[in-house]
Amino acid sequence: MVKKNRNVAIVGVGQTYHKRRRPDVTQVELVNEAVSAALKDAQLDIADIDVIVHGNMELFEGNYQGDMWHVDGDGAYMKSGIRITTGGTTGGTLVCATDNIVASGLYDVALCIGFEKMEEGEATGGITGMADPLWFRWMMSGALSGASFAESLEALTMEQLERLELVAAKLRVQLADNAARNPYAHLRMKLTIDDVMNSRLLVYPLRLLHMCPESSGACALILASEKKAERITDKPVWIKDHVTTHLEDFVVGVITEAESTMRRCARKLYERNKITNPLKQIDTFEMYDPNVWWHMDWMTEFLFLKPGENIEMIEKGITALEGDFPINASGGVVSTNPIGATAMLRVAEAALQIRGDAGERQIPKEVNTAMASSFGGSTWSILNLLTKEKPM
Amino acid sequence: MTKKVAIVAVAQTKYEENYYRQSELVYQCVEKVLDETGLAFEEGKGIDSAVTASDDFWDARTISDTPIGDVVGAHYRTEEKVAQDGAQAAFYAYMEILSGHSDIVLVAAHCKESQSLSRNIITNAGFDPYFQRPLGLDHLVAAALQAKRYMHTYGVTRGQCAKAVVKSHKNGKNNPYVTKAKDITVEDVLKSKMLAYPISELDIHPVTDGACALILAEEEKAKKIADKLVWIKGASNCYDAFYLGNRDLANCDSLVSAAKRAYKMAGIKNPLKEIDVAEISTRYSYQEPLWTEGLGFCGRGGGGKLLDEGVTEMGGAFPVNPSGGVLVGCPYITAGLARVAEIALQLRGEAGARQVSGAETGLAHGTSGPCGQLHCVLILGK
Repeated sequence: MVKKNRNVAIVGVGQTYHKRRRPDVTQVELVNEAVSAALKDAQLDIADIDVIVHGNMELFEGNYQGDMWHVDGDGAYMKSGIRITTGGTTGGTLVCATDNIVASGLYDVALCIGFEKMEEGEATGGITGMADPLWFRWMMSGALSGASFAESLEALTMEQLERLELVAAKLRVQLADNAARNPYAHLRMKLTIDDVMNSRLLVYPLRLLHMCPESSGACALILASEKKAERITDKPVWIKDHVTTHLEDFVVGVITEAESTMRRCARKLYERNKITNPLKQIDTFEMYDPNVWWHMDWMTEFLFLKPGENIEMIEKGITALEGDFPINASGGVVSTNPIGATAMLRVAEAALQIRGDAGERQIPKEVNTAMASSFGGSTWSILNLLTKEKPM
Repeated sequence: MTKKVAIVAVAQTKYEENYYRQSELVYQCVEKVLDETGLAFEEGKGIDSAVTASDDFWDARTISDTPIGDVVGAHYRTEEKVAQDGAQAAFYAYMEILSGHSDIVLVAAHCKESQSLSRNIITNAGFDPYFQRPLGLDHLVAAALQAKRYMHTYGVTRGQCAKAVVKSHKNGKNNPYVTKAKDITVEDVLKSKMLAYPISELDIHPVTDGACALILAEEEKAKKIADKLVWIKGASNCYDAFYLGNRDLANCDSLVSAAKRAYKMAGIKNPLKEIDVAEISTRYSYQEPLWTEGLGFCGRGGGGKLLDEGVTEMGGAFPVNPSGGVLVGCPYITAGLARVAEIALQLRGEAGARQVSGAETGLAHGTSGPCGQLHCVLILGK
């Protein structure tokens, strides 16, 4: 167990509705929408906030150090604050950092805000820009470079591949059903297995409907110290622990260890928190799933499943909203993806599930412990562990 | 809050234009602090995590910390990037240790100003895209507006501001990391090429590349790592309004607030008496008198007189920027962390020819945004 200086809880959750384009608002207004929602949720005024933690990926909008302009929307005027960004994991890092800042004892109530207005830039160019300009940029193709998992499919028979494609489609339909119940989700469409199987092929076996969209939206969370949290809300959601696992950028020929950051991250979190059976000790998982193939792979990595167990779980509906171990009751990243907010939305949705405030997308079984993951950079992972029960 | 956090090692590169890659620049510093402390990247025993400071725009790279992970030990470990001035990274790393999540944190900042065609192209993108960016506002033009407003309000002159430049160059000659120090006079500054009135070429920090790294550790572990420890006694920061018209540019209200909070934490009532040396981030000459006012070293409008009287000179009662500071060359992002490193060197008595004798308490300052919108103040003590 990490020897945290003091307990920290989520006391306010806010998010915007998500769309491909939000021409009705500026970046500042978009940020303000989420901040106002979080303040309303916590029944707090901006004057109650001591520090603001801001983040996104600035080359998506082409806006240098956006926290300066966004002061008008996030309420940082004459307050303390910091801007922290780590690519796709930004939203998760913002939660970890804000947890650290409140646990430090220097600030009691903190607001973190992650956002992205994807319509103002060009995502594929933005993502390609992260590759090394000398060695790798010429062969990077934005988020589609992630289809490298196709290599692992080479050893499969046609029969096995067909089954996998069917499971991927079933999973996508399941996530679309969840998103249809989430009023804030971007893609809220009724899908059939045929729709997914026949959607445009991007890079085999990745199809358009397997991928996350580009969304515009924002998410804000309010975190408070134990004493303040219990005064602010009857339903504090405690941040029991968080683990960040980065990896070198220049991995070719350098890294020989085969373990993914997902598995390493989970191992550390489980060891520190005495989790021996994640499927039993955790009630729901909000996973940063950029596409359904990674969703399937990473289930195995994060949850330490036996080979093929992930496929079985999806086929049997165990990860569905009504199942024994719901994953992404919100619809996940394949339904909503405002990049700088995406990872924070995972934590926000997990917190709402613990509070029982997830509305139509509320998991029917009791949720006491929830886990949320972030993904970004050169295959970086973050896990946040949330609990209803106050940590010792 | 009973925990104490110390700086146990510092390293800087030379501040010059060079052809090193970003990660190579950072590694030059990382290697030094690892050698100095004997620490390895090993959770629980050595360095637990890293906080970096860099910016996607300056590096022309989405997620500018990806390549830096290679050299700051981000191998299945934590690395978090502060996308602002480096002083903010030191402040955040301090809080990370206080939180209990990490005991030993590596902090590293870098920037290569020489890589971009013009610094103004980047800082122009810091203004809102609807109203201000099309006007051509950038940090230089904004600074000129602030300088004019400040001078008009308090009668501070270009000549007084030029004294800060002369002092910086003079002090910079004693600093082995400085490469741009010249023999100049107030006349030279006043006669140098006008960029945006009242800011001329010598009023602004020259283009350089550079990196800086520190290791912070909690008390128990710090005592085992190093003999000369420099403690963080107080730290805070504060944002001002964004739109220049919403601020009175003659003053720096957010610096006043950040300093007040940091002084309160460190138990400082009279900064001029209780602080022995200050390293402040002044990208333009007018900022030295203005920031010294904001930090409470003198009253409002008194910054010019402070320069006239030589109080802030080496050998004066209250030396400001004995390293030469930013005006003699230290890039964006790195600047604030380098100020922290310089104060640490002063308090360790290892500042060589730029040493202020008997320095016990020091102040380091970093700033981000146009016209000092965000200020960060750290108080360090022996």
